[in-house]
Amino acid sequence: MAEERRQKLCSVILPTESMKAMAESVGVGSLQEDSCLALSEEVSYRIKEIAQDALKFMHHGKRRKLTTGDIDHALKLKNVEPLYGFQSQEFIPFRFASGGGRELHFYEEKEVDLSDIINTPLPRVPLDVSLKAHWLSIDGVQPAIPENPPPVPKEQQKTDSTEPLKAVKPGQEEEGSIQTKGQGASSAEVKGSSAKMVPLKMRMKPRSTHELSVEQQLYYKEITEACVGSCEAKRAVCVCNKCYLFLFQVRVNVVQNNLALLIYLMRMVKALMDNPTLYLEKYLHELIPAVVTCIVSKQLCLRPDVDNHWALRDFAARLMAQSCKTFSTTTNNIQSRITKTFTKALLDDKTQWTTRYGCIAGLAELGHDVIKTLIIPRLSVEGARIKAVMDGPVVSNIDKIGADHVQSLLLKHCASVVAKTRPLPDMVDQYKVDYGYLGTMLCSHVVKARAQAAFQAQTVNRTTLTITQPRPTLSVSQSGLSTSSGSRAPSIIKVPSSLTLMSTRPGTPTQPSPPATKYIVMATSAGAASTQQVRSVLHIHRVHMIVHSKVISVPRILIATPGLISPNIKVFKYTFILQ
Amino acid sequence: MAAVQDGQMELDAEKETKPEILSDGTSNLSGNTASGTLSSSPLTAAPAGGAPKMEDQQTLIAVLQFLKRNKLTDSVEILRREAGLGEDQEDSQATDGSGGGKGDVDGGDANSLLSRVSITSAAAPQSMCDSPLMFMLSAAGADDQPDVSVVLSAYSQQGDPSLYQVYYSGLKNFIESVLDCHRAELSQLFYPLFVHMYLELVYNNHENEAKAFFEKFSGDQECYYQDDLRVLCGLTKKEHLKGNEVLLDFRTSRFVLRISRDSYQLLKRHLQERHNNQIWNIIQEHLYIDIFDGMPRSKSQIDSMSGSLAGEGKREVNKAKVFHGLLKEPEIEVPLDDEDDEAENEEGKPKKKKTKKDSLGSKSKKQDPNAPQQNRIPLPELKDSDKLDKIMYMKESTKRIRLGPENLPSICFYTFLNAYQGLTAVDFTDDSSLLAGGFADSTVRVWSVTPKKLRKVKSAADLNMIDKESDDVLERIMDEKTASESKILYGHSGPVYGVSFSPDRNYLLSSSEDGTVRLWSLLTFTCLVGYKGHNYPVWDTQFSPFGYYFVSGGHDRVARLWATDHYQPLRIFAGHLADVTCTRFHPNSNYVATGSTDRTIRLWDVLNGNCVRIFTGHKGPIHSLAFSPNGKFLASGSTDGRVLLWDIGHGLMIGELKGHTDTIYSLKFSRDGEILASGSMDNTVRLWNSMKAFDEVETDDFTATTGHIHLPDNSQELLLGTYHSKSTPVTHLHFTRRNLLLAAGAYNSQ
Repeated sequence: MAEERRQKLCSVILPTESMKAMAESVGVGSLQEDSCLALSEEVSYRIKEIAQDALKFMHHGKRRKLTTGDIDHALKLKNVEPLYGFQSQEFIPFRFASGGGRELHFYEEKEVDLSDIINTPLPRVPLDVSLKAHWLSIDGVQPAIPENPPPVPKEQQKTDSTEPLKAVKPGQEEEGSIQTKGQGASSAEVKGSSAKMVPLKMRMKPRSTHELSVEQQLYYKEITEACVGSCEAKRAVCVCNKCYLFLFQVRVNVVQNNLALLIYLMRMVKALMDNPTLYLEKYLHELIPAVVTCIVSKQLCLRPDVDNHWALRDFAARLMAQSCKTFSTTTNNIQSRITKTFTKALLDDKTQWTTRYGCIAGLAELGHDVIKTLIIPRLSVEGARIKAVMDGPVVSNIDKIGADHVQSLLLKHCASVVAKTRPLPDMVDQYKVDYGYLGTMLCSHVVKARAQAAFQAQTVNRTTLTITQPRPTLSVSQSGLSTSSGSRAPSIIKVPSSLTLMSTRPGTPTQPSPPATKYIVMATSAGAASTQQVRSVLHIHRVHMIVHSKVISVPRILIATPGLISPNIKVFKYTFILQ
Repeated sequence: MAAVQDGQMELDAEKETKPEILSDGTSNLSGNTASGTLSSSPLTAAPAGGAPKMEDQQTLIAVLQFLKRNKLTDSVEILRREAGLGEDQEDSQATDGSGGGKGDVDGGDANSLLSRVSITSAAAPQSMCDSPLMFMLSAAGADDQPDVSVVLSAYSQQGDPSLYQVYYSGLKNFIESVLDCHRAELSQLFYPLFVHMYLELVYNNHENEAKAFFEKFSGDQECYYQDDLRVLCGLTKKEHLKGNEVLLDFRTSRFVLRISRDSYQLLKRHLQERHNNQIWNIIQEHLYIDIFDGMPRSKSQIDSMSGSLAGEGKREVNKAKVFHGLLKEPEIEVPLDDEDDEAENEEGKPKKKKTKKDSLGSKSKKQDPNAPQQNRIPLPELKDSDKLDKIMYMKESTKRIRLGPENLPSICFYTFLNAYQGLTAVDFTDDSSLLAGGFADSTVRVWSVTPKKLRKVKSAADLNMIDKESDDVLERIMDEKTASESKILYGHSGPVYGVSFSPDRNYLLSSSEDGTVRLWSLLTFTCLVGYKGHNYPVWDTQFSPFGYYFVSGGHDRVARLWATDHYQPLRIFAGHLADVTCTRFHPNSNYVATGSTDRTIRLWDVLNGNCVRIFTGHKGPIHSLAFSPNGKFLASGSTDGRVLLWDIGHGLMIGELKGHTDTIYSLKFSRDGEILASGSMDNTVRLWNSMKAFDEVETDDFTATTGHIHLPDNSQELLLGTYHSKSTPVTHLHFTRRNLLLAAGAYNSQ
């Protein structure tokens, strides 16, 4: 092929017609054919020579494109006067004309009115050259900063992001459309995620921005459907490990006040956390805001007076506690940061009851020490506040309910702690002095707790031991939600209002048969439970990793929230099979 | 189209203007000769004299004639006295000459002189092998014949043009039929024979035959000759040949081939049997066949060395002794380590009382047997400020990070924004405090990359007011009002292709398309000198590591050595067949390396201007060179994206680093030489394990004796890292004294 090109190069000579045309343009009428030929050969050679010299200037100018300036310099090299006049930024527009059996290409030179040029406003002054330094590599590793190109090649990103989509809808879409959409998704994800962290990372083209949002909507829909939807056929639902989606979804749902979806999402977070093969550390910054939102948000549902968003708060608080235990290190300091956040909100007088509830729940879940140091000293203050709502003029039903919930929450958590720390006897008057309005109730709770503790110590002493063990080695079924917070006494599972929360510690590796399942029943309409079931197989990286027949543990949580979920799902049994 | 016609006329006009330009160049040349021999230059050691050989004498006489004609009587006198030429001797020659060509055009004469000088200087290192061609040329020159026609007249012998194809294909068939081991060697003949036969056809006005010949056989040539073939294919007329210097040089220099004795005998026998005189003549006249005893080389061995416009370097050329060792560091008193902190507090003012001699500096560095004499070329004396700088350097180097495959350097990238593709050259100062950029809009810009701003010296009137006795007088002379992060230097009238800081950071050099090299003061930020001499674009310039001298190379195919206080060059290094694209000083300042578009690298001795090394093997124009810090090795990068490593002492290629996909514009060794960094047009910086590359070669030494290399293909093992920038070609690389790698380039938004 190179040979052909070379031969072609060799034979390229300007046509003699051009010579004729040029001669005519300068007033030489009749030019001999021989002269034309000689001229065209000479001109062709000179043009080639100049082009070759111009290439040198291009190379030394460290460019890839030959410019008109290079040609000027090459002409200068040959002692030829360079071309004067304006330099055109665009391609020189050659025009074509034919007539009288001759074809001509010519350069249309417009006559320019000088006054036009003078009167046109000056163009914007180009920016001056400036210098900017960045790290291309630090000790041999290229840092992922906006100044550097993305570390993973485009191809890799493309496959990463297209695969989950393909797995979701095998064969449902045509290959081509997946490809193109996948591409959009890949750039969308890269740009989306980076844009969040560093705003100036890439210059986004308007077109791709549009595609991006559509794609993200689609992706969001897919994921939502997979997690929340009721499709038995969907055997494998891939959950992308990009957790920022959660944040995204939580935001959407908080705005929409969609309690049901939020509950599902929180359960998904829990499932993700329970999966030992996932490394969530990298995504904590995405996860934690989502969870905290579910704990302390002012409003999580459409009808705060009726809906049981308290359960969601409790659940999220427990999740928070779990993640604190699992992920808190001296470097990220999650626990202390979270505690600070909660305390700050709690100390604020203007905080709403819902948020107050969330803060107390979040703190309480963090353990006895936290309760002792942060909540119990606040008891009298909170008691006074509750009293003001309970006994004062009826302001609103919502406030009342809120105060009620906070009260029972405080009693529940504090009772066990007080029971352990406060020496006997339990005198109501003394309690009143110490804890104010709540003292009376607290006293009775403490008495109850002491009795219960004594009873449990007699019967199952083991329980407290096993709870503290890490989950995979658990061998005894026990009551209590399947969190590893060992310090929590079983009694606190009782959720305010009419809820009974229970969970199971089901199958162990040595016990493959379906374990005895206990249900957490929320509200009263448990009887209407349907058998809708979605089995989500959490697979992390690739589709082929999906199924391992060995079921390690199957935590089951059953929550019925009447009237909130779409009518056909009353009870939702959510099962994660962990690899 | 009007412009094209203008150009046509200008081409004719050029003939008239040319003599003037050339005489400029030649007068410089004569100046050079004079200063060199008169020892008026700082190069006190005069070139080794000895009895002038025949051709030297011829040259001198020719120069004398030229001077006479231009009425430079003083120079004539001086030259005659120096050369010890009797007037009669010269006169007799002159009369001969004038008898020969009185009516000759001046231009042709001057032309002949120039090229003759270049030829002889190129031939000087090979003076032992006196070639008949050379003699003939000199003689012809003395006859005052235009050199061009002499060179070309070698072609005038007539053969049947239609038989050329037969001859060539006959040889081709023969070479293809010989044993494999010989075939690879004899295949080297194809390209030079092809070119010479083609040119011969063109010269003898057999245009159609030439075209047919080209079409038939151009496809057989190695792919790396494509650029030359492109030039050749355009050239179809005798007139074209006259204006093309590159091809004229191709004629005057003999294409060098290395062939084993067996293969050569085979070829000779074949040609004699066939009575193939045409080819035999070409081989005799235009090729230099370097015959060696021993095994024929393999195809890969040949390929790694071939590719240049003039064939391989002759073995004798690379046998000359090169003093590649480093000069002994001057003994400088360095403050003790324990008062390091103090010294840093009052920067650059170490207390002399408590100092002692740096034992490391003086004792451990015994005189390297390969090092040149300390005073082989005169070097400027160290000033106080230089000594302070050396102390700073030593301090910094104690904090240097030791690099290696496990310990890669950090890279800091300086991106030029809004350069609109106009950045053409970059340089850092050795202490990495200043950065200079040359731009296509003829400006040079200097940035300070440290918080210390750039300040001018106060005006003369203000300077008078200053108390000259005060300790901080150096601080007081600076004008605070002018402090800024960058300064622009205006003066050139064309794109700036090379910039270089002086080691003491007081001066900056820039070379430009306008044919000048300019020296700028970094105290006043004004131009001090414009060095004229190249007349054509100057592609590169660089200061000597000790300052004072600098070298420049350009489109006129020569490199020139200058001293900052001489407006004329001290040495002219002529020998390259095409543009000199890059120039680098050896760390000991005794040698200069030049890379060229003719795909060779030459090493020149600053002392006598001789070419002491010719390295061939690149397949494209060379755009970057770098000496290793110990002075033993040279790395070169070219447009073909390969980096080649050379052993200077043995004159051998010792490594090939493949990986880049575009022109390599910058190469730099780390301060200890462990790592080689290369920056390319393909927007990457790559790091190579140069230590390993050098070590592996040193272990096997059979190559040293034969001169035949066998390169292991281990680029991937040697590649330590590839770092992509965001569409920013890497124009320059620099290791700081602590081994941090700085890279620079202009962001290309397209």
